[in-house]
Amino acid sequence: MTAGFSPLRRGGAHAQFEPAEAGLLASLARQVVELLRDGVPDPQVAEADGDPLAQLVGVDGPPDPPDDPVLARLLPDGYSDADPTAPHDDGGELADANADFRRYTEPGLRDGKVATAQSVIAALHEAGVDDPDQPVDVELDADGVQSWLRCLTDLRLAIGTRLGVEQDDEDRWESLPPDDAARGMHEVYDWLGYVQETLVRTLP
Amino acid sequence: MTTAPSEVEETGTDERVLPDSPWVTIVWNDPVNLMSYVAWVFRSHFGYSKAKADELMLAVHQEGKAIVSDGSREAMERDVEAMHGYGLWATLQKADE
Repeated sequence: MTAGFSPLRRGGAHAQFEPAEAGLLASLARQVVELLRDGVPDPQVAEADGDPLAQLVGVDGPPDPPDDPVLARLLPDGYSDADPTAPHDDGGELADANADFRRYTEPGLRDGKVATAQSVIAALHEAGVDDPDQPVDVELDADGVQSWLRCLTDLRLAIGTRLGVEQDDEDRWESLPPDDAARGMHEVYDWLGYVQETLVRTLP
Repeated sequence: MTTAPSEVEETGTDERVLPDSPWVTIVWNDPVNLMSYVAWVFRSHFGYSKAKADELMLAVHQEGKAIVSDGSREAMERDVEAMHGYGLWATLQKADE
């Protein structure tokens, strides 16, 4: 198993992955790209009742949060009434604020996450992820470290949301049978956290 | 947030003050993000010292949320958008809510 990332003297970070580990990372990153792209609403439909100015400059996103809980976590609301002391009857002010926020920010957020995941996939290909017989040496500059930190976060958010991970629930996963698919996925989730932790520790 | 925290410097005084600006950005606890990563995001995006970033990270972890910035509504929307880019769960609201 990979020892994770270590800092490079000139800045950036290096890690050596086993071929299967690198292949898994590339596969997960591709799935996030597909998820983010699949959920993009049809621009023809969005045009029907959007903000005319936003349509003109082509930045108009959807007003409603995605139905898929993973996408909803990756692209969350900007305003919240999670605080129980907040007034509950605000005449739709909160919903309007969220719809506006999403229209203007969600397309950029989606594009940024897709580009981040694609840069990770590209780095893995450059490092020879397609050769099943060779270890995969990934060298990242400062920008690459940023992209990998963000992408590893998105992968963990996606898997963690799908699994229903909660705070301090390690016992729940360890009590599952060894061949349980969710247990296997949770091991991947933990492994991603380990890789990310080593990468955070390379930062100055 | 999850996994063991790195060493935290003890600070003798509480630097947090009540925000006097009309809007605030709140980061909420989530079970996924690493504590070390959240602290790094606060240093990286807001330019906070390690001590302040760790303090805010621990507040998120232990109290469920923390105010991480304050200012105009537009500035807070930019901060929330940036936090979402980093994968943190953040929202903005009026400071008095």
